[in-house]
Amino acid sequence: MEAAPRSEPAPLLRVEDLWVRFPGRMGVVEAVRGVGFTVGREKLGIVGESGSGKTVTGRAILRLVLPPGLVTARRLVFDGQDLLALNEAAMRGIRGRRISMVMQDPKFSLNPVMTVGSQVAEAYRMHADASLEEARRRTLEMLAAVKIRDPERVYRLYPHEVSGGMGQRVMIAMMLIPGPDLLIADEPTSALDVTVQMQVLAILDDLVTQQGMGLVFVSHDLNLVASFCDRILVMYAGRIVETCRASELQQARHPYTRGLLQSLPRVDRPVAELPVLQRDPAWQDAFP
Amino acid sequence: MIPPAIGDQRAGEVMPLSSGRPRHAWRAWLLTETPGSRAQARLGQAYVAWLGFRRNPLAMAGLTILVVLVLVAVLAPVLTHQSPVSQELGRRLQPPSAAYWFGTDELGRDIYTRILYGSRITLLIVGLVVVSVAPVGLLIGTVAGYMGGAVDVVLMRMTDVFLAFPRLILALAFVSALGPGIENAVIAIACTAWPPYARVARAETLTIRNSDFIAAVRLQGAGPLRIVLGHVVPLCTSSLIVRVGYDMAGIILTAAGLGFLGLGAQPPSPEWGAMISSGRKFLLDQWWVATIPGAAILVVSLGFNLLGDGIRDVLDPKQG
Amino acid sequence: MTDGAGARPRPRRAPARLLWLTGRELGSVALTFLGLLLVTFFIGRVVPIDPVLAAVGDRAPAEVYQRVKVELGLDLPLYRQFWLYLVKVLHGDFGKSVLTANLVLADIRRVFPATLELATVATILGVLTGIPLGVVAAARRGRGLDHVVRVVSLLGYSVPVFWLGLVGLLVLYARLGWVAGPGRLDVAFDDVVAPVTGVILIDAALRGEWEVFRSAFQHVILPASILGYFSMAYLCRMTRSFMLSELRHEYVTTARVKGMTERRVVWRHALGNVLVPLITVVALSYANLLEGSVLTETVFAWPGLGQYITSSLLNADMNAVLGGTIVVGAIFIGLNVLSDLLYRVVDPRAR
Repeated sequence: MEAAPRSEPAPLLRVEDLWVRFPGRMGVVEAVRGVGFTVGREKLGIVGESGSGKTVTGRAILRLVLPPGLVTARRLVFDGQDLLALNEAAMRGIRGRRISMVMQDPKFSLNPVMTVGSQVAEAYRMHADASLEEARRRTLEMLAAVKIRDPERVYRLYPHEVSGGMGQRVMIAMMLIPGPDLLIADEPTSALDVTVQMQVLAILDDLVTQQGMGLVFVSHDLNLVASFCDRILVMYAGRIVETCRASELQQARHPYTRGLLQSLPRVDRPVAELPVLQRDPAWQDAFP
Repeated sequence: MIPPAIGDQRAGEVMPLSSGRPRHAWRAWLLTETPGSRAQARLGQAYVAWLGFRRNPLAMAGLTILVVLVLVAVLAPVLTHQSPVSQELGRRLQPPSAAYWFGTDELGRDIYTRILYGSRITLLIVGLVVVSVAPVGLLIGTVAGYMGGAVDVVLMRMTDVFLAFPRLILALAFVSALGPGIENAVIAIACTAWPPYARVARAETLTIRNSDFIAAVRLQGAGPLRIVLGHVVPLCTSSLIVRVGYDMAGIILTAAGLGFLGLGAQPPSPEWGAMISSGRKFLLDQWWVATIPGAAILVVSLGFNLLGDGIRDVLDPKQG
Repeated sequence: MTDGAGARPRPRRAPARLLWLTGRELGSVALTFLGLLLVTFFIGRVVPIDPVLAAVGDRAPAEVYQRVKVELGLDLPLYRQFWLYLVKVLHGDFGKSVLTANLVLADIRRVFPATLELATVATILGVLTGIPLGVVAAARRGRGLDHVVRVVSLLGYSVPVFWLGLVGLLVLYARLGWVAGPGRLDVAFDDVVAPVTGVILIDAALRGEWEVFRSAFQHVILPASILGYFSMAYLCRMTRSFMLSELRHEYVTTARVKGMTERRVVWRHALGNVLVPLITVVALSYANLLEGSVLTETVFAWPGLGQYITSSLLNADMNAVLGGTIVVGAIFIGLNVLSDLLYRVVDPRAR
């Protein structure tokens, strides 16, 4: 999978000094601490372990962090628009239509009592003034685009009647049907079998490249992100500790990234014992 | 139960909200992450629970009401010098006034006094029912859950049967066989109130039964009785307490209903439900005779409900 | 690359299997009903010191006493007595009422529609108010309206129903005259409409007797509202609780990501998922109202099953009390079964 040509001009999304705080009974938890990055029409990977803040970052971009969570940033600009300054109605216009998100497990992220087809069609009609017929037609097209072989039949199925891979493809169809410019994929293949993962990723890659979209790929799987994305951000404890191009991953400098790399098993360099990552408390405050 | 662990697992620092104060030493001891003994851990948990509880104004209101109820019951002779039972027909059906704060009833008795003494009956009934029902339900539920198999099926069938009746109607049926009177009322209510506790205990037991630490204790040679009594039962108590909190208002209302029908404490006992019933005839013109006891029942039930909600919010916040 | 093979075939339940499942459940229900009869038998024969006296009342003449004693087979061992009792009950023979000297079943059949009317109107009121309030409270959790709804709902759990009825009569009938007083109808209309279903509202409407309908409505509205308040409190609380957990699910986030208004997320997506368990709750609520009606009917002189049971009780008419208890218990069980079935039918996952 090769990197699509990047557009040099203004990035789609610019994030500067993003903080997400959750006040709780025992104190304030800071999930995201001063994160900043840009995304153009490229594939950006965000890698981190559980609790690193990567998922919350994705939600914060869409302003889906629910109270009592607090999102602040020096800049959160999408295509020239300051996302933090928009009111809720305007933000709803952005969600789905301009920025979309694919979530991890279709078992949970699809509405169990609606057919999958109607859910996709609903996504279309949210932002396009279309008749039911038109929406249905578009949905079938989209289902075919994600390589579902019998769209008519699948349209009528309920989420519990489809497999994980198919469900995730439905999810992708649903999130891409309004034609957004930026897609956030939050662990899109983590809930899938390994064999199906590759297929779904290929579909995602195809569609993203075709539409010239930007993609933010959030995952805990460093290998996967390295092979799929153009650039990589490594997050730890709410901060970004490393930024690099995917091709230059092996030259990563931060000890956390190096530790991760070393603890990944490699077929071409078998080791008797895989090193375990040793955490340095100083990483909590570091930044490159 | 305790809010998520502070520090290392989550991204970022956690900053405590309160700054150092004189009680800081006690707080630190209770809130420490590394308790030195089981007792310290338990006290710490209880303290955190209390903090959460205290933050809830409705729950505190409930607690206040109940404290007042207990105080009133205990201090009744101090709070009023009149007798709840002696009749004085010369002053019957007087409206509320400075002399008789809640007025007098059809036999000339001071309603305020009767309400105060009636609180004792209320507490007695609730106390007796809870004390008899909770252990029985707990026992049945844990035995059914732990033993499984035929024992479980039989016991749960029995529980289902009792749950198949509306509580009041079954209590009525019991009372009809036993005859009126406060002891019979308590028995009748108890017979109908135990099933939910058995259900809750059984559900908890089923979750716990297969866990590793039970297996460990069994490997150490503990017999089923010891396991059930020593390990399973203590773990069920918090759910049971939540359930009790829920139920108490219902028990009061059922008891009041029985009293209203004349089946609870017999006259001249100042039972609140019975007071409403006898005041019913005079409802239109001397409304206070029937209305005020009902307000008392309402306030006490409300108190129990608020308390129950508060306890549940603290012990099982997912439902809130 | 990939194909429609990713879809699981929709499980086709062989009719036999469905029958087997239903058979099992019916068996379970039958067992519960058996247990019910055991309990009532126990209350009727074992608990009282003199079961004959309990059955005939203490004013019965000696011959009746003797006859019933033989009838009850008190010399037989308990299990045989129970068997006789079981057979009688399954034939609908609950014995004779001491008070009216009718068959208890006949009496119950006469009074039941009144309770049915009351409980149904109350449930409708409860559903129409409780469910929307619960949804709104969950959607605005922690804010003003949620607190108000919670308090109102909490009061519904705390207020004695019979007292509320009395207060309602005092204020809305005696002082304000907005509703009619106790009873089902103004005395003037007592026999105007021949009973078809026994439910006066329906009977009057069927015959176009609108005066009667109006009178019946004015009489039913207060007791039904009071019972409805309890139903509302329960339904509101359950709906709120269901909605709160539903709103935590991932598909709700998906819906928001699609750009949906919060209103649509709540009412179209979350509520749709909650309707299914709500059916069970509504059935349970109906059953609970049967309990509440016992006292409400006493206060409003409503000639229904509840009042029948209480007056029988006060007259020591054991047969009638137990008969009524069995009927109510059977209805309870029936409603549970019904709600289970409805659940199956409505939830796509359970088909």
